[in-house]
Amino acid sequence: MTVEHQAELAALAKAIRLDTLTMVHRAKASHVGSCFSTAEILAVLYGDVLRVDPKNPRWADRDRFILSKGHAAAIVYAVLAERGFFPRRDLTEYCVDGSSLTGHLSHHVPGVEISTGSLGHGLPIGCGMALAAKRAGRPYRVFVLLSDGELDEGSNWEAILFAPQHRLDNLVAIVDYNKIQAFGMVQEVLDLAPLADKFRAFRWGVREVDGHDVSALSELVHQAPFEAGRPSVLIAHTVKGKGVSFMENQLAWHAKSPNAEQLAQAIRELEEKP
Amino acid sequence: MRTTFIETLCEAAARDERIWLLCGDLGYSVLDRFAERFPKRFVNVGVAEQNLTGVAAGIALSGNIVFTYSIANFPTLRCLEQIRNDVCYHRANVKIVSVGGGYVYGSQGYTHHGLEDLGILRTLPGLTILAPGDPVESRLAVSRILTLEGPCYLRLGKAGEPVVHRSPPAFEIGRAIVLREGRDVTLISTGGMLAHTVDVAQALAGRGISARVVSMHTLKPLDEAAVLSAAAETGAIVTVEEHSIHNGLGSAVAEVLATSPGPKAPLAIWGAPDAYQCTAGTQDYFRAACGNLADLVVRLLSGTVTSDPGKKFPS
Ligand SMILES: [Mg+2]
Repeated sequence: MTVEHQAELAALAKAIRLDTLTMVHRAKASHVGSCFSTAEILAVLYGDVLRVDPKNPRWADRDRFILSKGHAAAIVYAVLAERGFFPRRDLTEYCVDGSSLTGHLSHHVPGVEISTGSLGHGLPIGCGMALAAKRAGRPYRVFVLLSDGELDEGSNWEAILFAPQHRLDNLVAIVDYNKIQAFGMVQEVLDLAPLADKFRAFRWGVREVDGHDVSALSELVHQAPFEAGRPSVLIAHTVKGKGVSFMENQLAWHAKSPNAEQLAQAIRELEEKP
Repeated sequence: MRTTFIETLCEAAARDERIWLLCGDLGYSVLDRFAERFPKRFVNVGVAEQNLTGVAAGIALSGNIVFTYSIANFPTLRCLEQIRNDVCYHRANVKIVSVGGGYVYGSQGYTHHGLEDLGILRTLPGLTILAPGDPVESRLAVSRILTLEGPCYLRLGKAGEPVVHRSPPAFEIGRAIVLREGRDVTLISTGGMLAHTVDVAQALAGRGISARVVSMHTLKPLDEAAVLSAAAETGAIVTVEEHSIHNGLGSAVAEVLATSPGPKAPLAIWGAPDAYQCTAGTQDYFRAACGNLADLVVRLLSGTVTSDPGKKFPS
């Protein structure tokens, strides 16, 4: 990846973090920490990987992206607006009475494939889309972004069994492994370790990556499928609240919303970064 | 009904490449003919109904018509939230099929009794619900739902139900079918109770009671006009369903009667009591335990029906 492109993707990640901050502050909404751990993943997908057309969001052979961790909606709306699916000024409608931009992701917003919010729904739907594409010989790929906490849901493991059975090598799951879930550390609630081994045992192609390194993320996502005839999972090691010192690795920022003072400091910290 | 279902589906799938069939590891000797003819559009998803329904939504949202198939409560209650969010909210073209509604699997035990599906699913906006009354209605129902955009629930009985309609009736989703005219009372049946309901109407004629029989093969959208004309023209209604007395056909009819300005009519609901059936029993055994339908009609007309919330199965 060229230095310029890397800088572009980092700038996109920074822009959507800043948009998200303003949105959740205005709406007094939760989940800013959950959004921030996904910023580089979304920047790479929407800035470098997904074959989508903002002017024609329903293009039949577009790549499909499903945010299964639907509580990170704000930053997905932000990246869609940055990519031109709808005007950036519409982001001010986030969580406003009567707005389509609901607190959990809504397919009534241009560019969003699937409404999510209840966890454990995205991967089964993604499997269906990938299977339909394979059997019809369509070229598109399906990407599903999961949280670590939502891997507690049994429905995910039904889908994790299903995907290799049907050789869904056009399916890429990305786990935002920030090690924190809504009410505790993943290790203390239901430990997922060894997560890569679990996926390997279920016959997935597995790679692990620093989820905040845009060039490493990009390189790996472009390599998928990691193993011929198998679904791919990219375990992205991330930091909840990444980018703002007082939010990083803090459980509280799953639920808290920044007040005016915290907003100002967070913006300052984000803007100081390259 | 299930034989009719799969035959009709195979005929349609031969004409329409968008039709898929997904099952939850059930359907041995029933679904084989679809699987053999259309292997690229058949998936046994495994014993995993949440994934079954999510996968179905994903395939449907890729431009297909997807049938999910299992028995009793497995394709409905087990994956209710996937039906709500993934299928209904996205208006995915998924047709959920459950075989064994009511007490078809009576002797298998309480886990296999399908008694709450209609009531629970009726609450979901935009979900069309069909419970055809005999194999003829089943065939027509499958044909009609193929032309219906959006989600649908099709509740079927078993194999070998009696044919009630001697010739194919005019069949429209949401339009009840009058099988028999009557003046004194209307028996409104949904699903596999239709044959018994016709028999009871015949028997009542011998006791001097003229009963209209209506097949309410579509529970949602309900044919409200059929309910209101029954109230106005026959003056009394008895609903008949192999389902809990709560929230199913009886409740839907009661909602119409109670909220319409038109003439009121006394209503009795024949169905499964609000109780657990803890014993083994054939379908006929459990139907009998719901009470005698003819007697219920007579008591309604004589004004001696009393609310009996404590009605229990023999223990
Ligand atoms: Mg987490």
